[in-house]
Amino acid sequence: MTTPQADTAPTVVMTGGAVTRRGRLVWHDVSTTIEAGRFVAVLGPNGAGKSTFIQALLGEVRLDQGSLTVLGEAPGDAHDRIGYLPQRRTFAAGAPIRGVDLVGLGLDGHRWGVPVPWSGGRHTRRARVAEMIDLVDATPYATRSIGDVSGGEQQRLLIAQALVRDPALLLLDEPLDSLDLPSQAAIAALLARLSRERGMTIVLVAHDVNPLLGYLDQVVYLGRGHAMSGPPEAVVTSESLTRLYGTPVEVLRASDGRSVVVGQPEAPAVHTDRHGAAPHHHGH
Amino acid sequence: MLGTLPGPLALASPHLSWNVVADVRDMFRYPFMVNAFRAGTAVAVLSAVVGWFMVLRRQAFVGHTLAIVGFPGAAAAAWLGAPPALGYFAACLLCALVIAALSGRGAGGDDRGEPAIIGLAQAAALATGYLFISLYHGNLEGTNALLFGSFLGVTTGQVVALTVVAVVCVAAVATIGRPLMFASIDPGTALARGIPVGALSVGFLLLLGAAAAGASQITGSLLVFALLVLPPATARRFTLRPGLGIVLAVALGLTVTWVGLTLAYYTTYPIGFWVTSLAFGLYVVVHAVHAVAHRGRHRPLPEVAP
Repeated sequence: MTTPQADTAPTVVMTGGAVTRRGRLVWHDVSTTIEAGRFVAVLGPNGAGKSTFIQALLGEVRLDQGSLTVLGEAPGDAHDRIGYLPQRRTFAAGAPIRGVDLVGLGLDGHRWGVPVPWSGGRHTRRARVAEMIDLVDATPYATRSIGDVSGGEQQRLLIAQALVRDPALLLLDEPLDSLDLPSQAAIAALLARLSRERGMTIVLVAHDVNPLLGYLDQVVYLGRGHAMSGPPEAVVTSESLTRLYGTPVEVLRASDGRSVVVGQPEAPAVHTDRHGAAPHHHGH
Repeated sequence: MLGTLPGPLALASPHLSWNVVADVRDMFRYPFMVNAFRAGTAVAVLSAVVGWFMVLRRQAFVGHTLAIVGFPGAAAAAWLGAPPALGYFAACLLCALVIAALSGRGAGGDDRGEPAIIGLAQAAALATGYLFISLYHGNLEGTNALLFGSFLGVTTGQVVALTVVAVVCVAAVATIGRPLMFASIDPGTALARGIPVGALSVGFLLLLGAAAAGASQITGSLLVFALLVLPPATARRFTLRPGLGIVLAVALGLTVTWVGLTLAYYTTYPIGFWVTSLAFGLYVVVHAVHAVAHRGRHRPLPEVAP
């Protein structure tokens, strides 16, 4: 880890956090600090509470124990400095909205009243929207119906929407889910570039670390109600994941640097038998 | 409204000449036609604006249910000796609140489910309306007017009421327009941005109830889609821009209403038939032209989600 700049406070500080949902303890005793400008992935098996972690940062889910500050404020209070991309939605073919309108909603979709036509603000708004669409390389298809572009293209426009108000923190829930492999790689590279160039903190939920491995500064690994946080090379290892799950887990490294997590139990992990005979390959 | 008027068609049988200006002037000599045009204008504008959002939110089924519930409302009002307009608005708004209460159980406020319950409500509403009509000993003419529309006997009081409702509702849509659009397209993100998605949902149901009640008074309960769905759906073929689309939907709604009223005046066929046929005809023509114009332009196959 690089040393954080002295003048930048951490973006997220969680100490001893615990969340219960519908009577089930999702995770507890989670402590992590996310410094400003980091590119962070929240990993773990299905049901480990990855989305809950994002919702806690948004203030949509309250901690039952522990403390949490986001951008120096209580969760939920800083929502105008947070860009958020919920779990992937697909728009039906011919959905009656264009990409530019979708991005524009990110800018002023929360405002009441009618926009004043032919005012100066209108011009600035259009320029801002165009700049964001250009930033994610979505200009060629931004005026088409959102339902008529591919999943990867929709995702770029949604990222532009989340970025349009220049947030200090960008939260994404499974942004790579149900994209084809080239699109996954392209979106991962795009997010890494945004984090680097704009000094933005990015926290995303992923269930496959591989498309992100080369770019991440930090991972928060959730499993068995606990969490481990640190640089990916320290956390995504056989030793630490075995410790997290309490059952032997092996991280295999392919020659191209990709890693395969073997034997990771899917939560809720009720059976403790080992998956030695039929290793569960996690990922695509 | 319920079949008490002898009707002007019996007094004088107007027919179209080649002089359109003279024909229109002729038509407007009758106060009942002036009132019909005023009421039709208010209703067409309101329906197009609210209908544009209804199409966006894919709530056509809910809109139809609200309109059908207006039928027993108006029939009950007639039975009790109250103005049918009051019955329409009371029943539609009440039904909007019931639907909101039934579907608002989730905190997210997604009200686009439960088609089975809505279907049952439609059947019950039609049956109840039929009961009220029998209790009223109304003639068949009255039932037809409530179900399939009428432009006869629009009172000045009704015109004032419809205009006030239209102005208030359009102003409300203008005020909540952008958050409503955000919440309609992308409720998850809108909620995270602090937009009250659930409250907007309830508010829009009330607006839809008002629009359905208004449209019912011209097209009848069963044909409200002529003004609620067809103009916005046709406008969508021309443009995906929100502002322009709403303006175009209003223009189309006004066109079919005005032309429909004129044709209903000069022919023996009813208003509900004319407005619906014109709106549907426009929709078909625009779609056909669009399909021909875009023939051969192949888009890449959409990505298939696993």
